[in-house]
Amino acid sequence: MRERFLTGYNDFVLPFMIGMAFILTWCIVGMIRIIASLPKEDRRRFFLSLINPKILIKDIKDIFCDCLLHVKLWKRNKLLGYMHSSIAFGWFMIIVIGHIEVFFYAPHRAKLLYFPIFFRYFMAEDDSTMGGAFFFFLMDFFLLVILSGIALAIIKRIHSKFFGLRRTTNPSFMDLIGLYSLWAIFPLRLLAEGFTADISGGSFLTKSLNSVFHTFLGNHMNMLPTWWAYSLALGVFFCVLPFTRYMHIPTEILLIPLRNAGVRIRHPRKGYAEAEVYACPSCGVCIDACPMGVMKTHIKDTTVYLNRQLRRHNEDRIEEISDKCLLCGKCTAVCPVGVEGDRLRIAQRSLRQYNITPDYSMIDTGSLARECSFSGPDKGKVLYFAGCMTALTPQIRKAVESVLAKAGVRYEMMDKDGGICCGRPMLMAGRFGPAGEMIRKNTEIIRQSGAGTLLLSCPICYRIFKEQYSLDGIEIIHHTEFFDRLVKSGTIHLGHTSERYVYHDPCELGRGCGIYDEPRAVIAAAGELVEAEKHHKESICCGGSLGSLTLGFDKRQAMTVNALNNLTKSSPDSIVTACPLCLSTFHRYADRPVEDIAEIVDRNMN
Amino acid sequence: MDFGFRIAPSSTINLDKVDRTRFERLHEIEPDVYKCMACGSCSSTCPAGRFSGMSVRKVILALQRGKEKEAVRMLKGCMLCGKCSMVCPRGINTRHLILSICRIYNEEEQ
Repeated sequence: MRERFLTGYNDFVLPFMIGMAFILTWCIVGMIRIIASLPKEDRRRFFLSLINPKILIKDIKDIFCDCLLHVKLWKRNKLLGYMHSSIAFGWFMIIVIGHIEVFFYAPHRAKLLYFPIFFRYFMAEDDSTMGGAFFFFLMDFFLLVILSGIALAIIKRIHSKFFGLRRTTNPSFMDLIGLYSLWAIFPLRLLAEGFTADISGGSFLTKSLNSVFHTFLGNHMNMLPTWWAYSLALGVFFCVLPFTRYMHIPTEILLIPLRNAGVRIRHPRKGYAEAEVYACPSCGVCIDACPMGVMKTHIKDTTVYLNRQLRRHNEDRIEEISDKCLLCGKCTAVCPVGVEGDRLRIAQRSLRQYNITPDYSMIDTGSLARECSFSGPDKGKVLYFAGCMTALTPQIRKAVESVLAKAGVRYEMMDKDGGICCGRPMLMAGRFGPAGEMIRKNTEIIRQSGAGTLLLSCPICYRIFKEQYSLDGIEIIHHTEFFDRLVKSGTIHLGHTSERYVYHDPCELGRGCGIYDEPRAVIAAAGELVEAEKHHKESICCGGSLGSLTLGFDKRQAMTVNALNNLTKSSPDSIVTACPLCLSTFHRYADRPVEDIAEIVDRNMN
Repeated sequence: MDFGFRIAPSSTINLDKVDRTRFERLHEIEPDVYKCMACGSCSSTCPAGRFSGMSVRKVILALQRGKEKEAVRMLKGCMLCGKCSMVCPRGINTRHLILSICRIYNEEEQ
């Protein structure tokens, strides 16, 4: 190949270069800002992770799978996955091959940023370089892949249902500018290369287009305007990028190494949280996932809109959205980029100032510990903490105690006459100080009691005991796990009946702690287990969650009814859950019996 | 339409010496505070009651009567577990009510 112009420059590269310079500066400044606002130990952890080969390989693999191939979206919906990976991976390949072409045919131009992008304008084909046909084919092939993705994107705008999205986000004005400029880039590239193909060479796509054009537009004067338009589309896209949802493309590349380094949200607005907010692609997967979505009025309270308001610093709305959420964590579970909607909201709540601070110093842990301490040979036995919510559903406590007694397990009740709350509800309200004090008090009691195992029947307690308490040497176990162990070890035997049970995954137990299989194993041993329409990490919150601060119980009925409809799709005889709060919430509106797993075990064991 | 008579304006004389400005502010944010019928369901379920005498019913009554010091003392024992909101027959969102009180009232001034 030979160069067409001595200078290797034309004015039309300017819009592209301006856009490129702008976005590069923006991203570098943003990256430095985010890394600088990380707490010191997190920053250290991040830098150390960059020299750790194991984490580095994971970073590269995750960036390749998530940012280019969009593996998570493929799993969600094939069409949605193809649309994203065709554009992202196709574009990536065009850039890579463009650079290879420059490297082969015009290595002295390799330092020009724009040269690979506008390669076909600056170079002309000659007889000696027909070998370039291979690259021409690849370039045309990936351009076709991208164009098919763009066509799907246009269809998605009109009819999102094809892509498994019942509802999708309302794009903001800037989003629309970004969207249209992105759509314009590749058809314009096709036109520009089509007009140039008889000089620069081309393959099945550009060459054929050129032949078509020759029949009625056979003039090289048409070439330059299309190259200008292509460059302008690129320039506009890069210049509006920071103000649109497409900022997720560069941000995700930063978010993945931060996450793999073990950095977590410490401040609601700075550092990792900011990276998450800007990594949100506004895809709207969380809108369909949100249990509040059954009521149209709550659609604007989903995580995607929280992120949008956080970017706009709309304080009133941020507060409203953060307080309303049930913290069921489903948006976090389904998010393709890993934005943690629940943690962002808790962090947001922690900003609030209160004038009255709880003080639990008058609680005497010594006397509470004496009530439940083990003596003599019982040392190291099971301590059962029923929790506040189980106190409202005494059937669970009764059933658990009955199973323990029948199985011959020596145990003590930690809160026979009511104990100290586990601290999770306080934590969810963003008041970390008082929550920490409760954690300290409970830890003292458990340590003094001399227990070896802490048994919990409430997933809300279970989660905070697992995540926030430091009880080394004491096993923390939920009653579903405990029963599963009893059944597996043969300590108890469950009589199998023909009753059909459907299991509801409580948010805190399933998505919160990843316990899905143990309760199912126990139920399958006692009867026939059927699955709800949405289960495991897609399970729908019962609506009774303590996570929401502002949502009154009168506004939650629609959510509970929706969750019940999901559970009863395969017409089970009764609904089984493992959370006292789900139990009491479902009880109000269910058309069939709702039971805790402990009751099933108690009834069926012999 | 003229019926020849009208509803007379209220002639209640308020002899209460209690300063209710803060309670009125609370009422603005939490209209439900007037819904409370003092049934005591919240008090009977409260796990903090055992340790600090916390009772949402008493807190509401105390605030209405201007006994802010007493209310604040009780509120300092609240663990925000949310049992009271679950048993409230009037459907009051007690957790949000408690958080609002914690913002409006001040413990240092007592």
